Amino acid sequence: SVSPGDTSVLAGLYGPAEAKISKELPDRAALEVLLRPKVGLPGVLERSREQLLRQTCEAVVLGVLHPRTAISLVLQVLSDAGSLLSCCLNAACMALLDAGLPLTTLFCGVTCALQPDGSILLDPTAQQEQEARAVLTFAIASSERKVLMATTKGSCSVEEMQQCLAAAQRAANTIFQFYRDSVRRRYSKS
Amino acid sequence: GSITTADGSALVKLGNTTVICGVKAELAAPAVDSANKGYIVPNVELPSLCAERFRSGPPGEEAQAASQFIADVIENSQMIVKEDLCIANGKLAWVLYCDIICLDYDGNLLDASVFALLAALKNVQLPLVTINEETGLSEVNLKQKTPLIIRKHPVATSFAIFDDTLLIVDPTAEEEDLATGTVTIVTDEEGRLCSVHKPGGSPLTGAKLQDCITRAITRHKEVKKLIDKVIKSITPK
Repeated sequence: SVSPGDTSVLAGLYGPAEAKISKELPDRAALEVLLRPKVGLPGVLERSREQLLRQTCEAVVLGVLHPRTAISLVLQVLSDAGSLLSCCLNAACMALLDAGLPLTTLFCGVTCALQPDGSILLDPTAQQEQEARAVLTFAIASSERKVLMATTKGSCSVEEMQQCLAAAQRAANTIFQFYRDSVRRRYSKS
Repeated sequence: GSITTADGSALVKLGNTTVICGVKAELAAPAVDSANKGYIVPNVELPSLCAERFRSGPPGEEAQAASQFIADVIENSQMIVKEDLCIANGKLAWVLYCDIICLDYDGNLLDASVFALLAALKNVQLPLVTINEETGLSEVNLKQKTPLIIRKHPVATSFAIFDDTLLIVDPTAEEEDLATGTVTIVTDEEGRLCSVHKPGGSPLTGAKLQDCITRAITRHKEVKKLIDKVIKSITPK
């Protein structure tokens, strides 16, 4: 469960488990992501977010080590106060870490909001997202801070996008430190 | 346009990928919280005739994700401002149903869909609608038609990534299957980014992403010239 501010997402990972014959892939694990909104049934927006999360996770999970299996990631939105997609990304990565799946790299989600006056705000609240000119969400990989996933809402100039990306890459350091601390805390008790 | 029964339509062939877009305009009451805004409803369909991997039945994840992407592009680029679709504040507004159907899938669906949508919207002719003061009913004048006001012209450019070193523009279906990731960049005529869509896939450095963006901006100019040429050639009189 990850909650930056008041946004909260619960992630559950199941796998690698036996896959249905219709879904199994002969050479790698089949990854499935289900995103359940807080209220209502999953719609087109959830489907597109599931696709973003699934392809991000597929890029990091070493599926070739577990062929013909299924890995299911279920994300339940507990509360949404802005920066939901990056919260889901962080929850997904921590779930993958907790399950002990083999990964090539860790990733974290960072949301940047470009305010009307041109300043960059990281992890905006829902109110700030509404007022912003553009909202950019990046998934940054831990190896060399490369861009794993990018999605934008609203329009911005190329320079502004580069500035947001640089800010997101710097913020990623803080998040990766948080991962390390959480994992250390978890395994120091047992 | 290509579809005679639609208010606006366009057929786009990008290599072998064929996408047709039909726009139908209907009248509806605007929403209570945005009384001066109309609606634009895009819908992308991938019927089973376009490729053997698509089965008939409810829309799959790819079709739904593509529909959401098109809706985002319309919203982000502000190509159609919803206030322009309002006829009478709080009473009557246009609803534009944009149906984008893929007839032949050979990769690069998103680029072709955005072109088809842009060309179809440029082709749309809306009849003049007035509200009769006495009866309160709407009167549609089919003889007087005006084109839609399109403020921005977004153009999408997709790249297939291979192991974060090689980038291929406008991939075919075979290239997409073998690729380790894709990036789609949507730019408008001022060189502003309307959308950077990188759904996972192998990681890219910031410099490589910048390279994609520069190429996308160059491609925009070429595509815009082509669309303008075609629209001019089919305009009557």
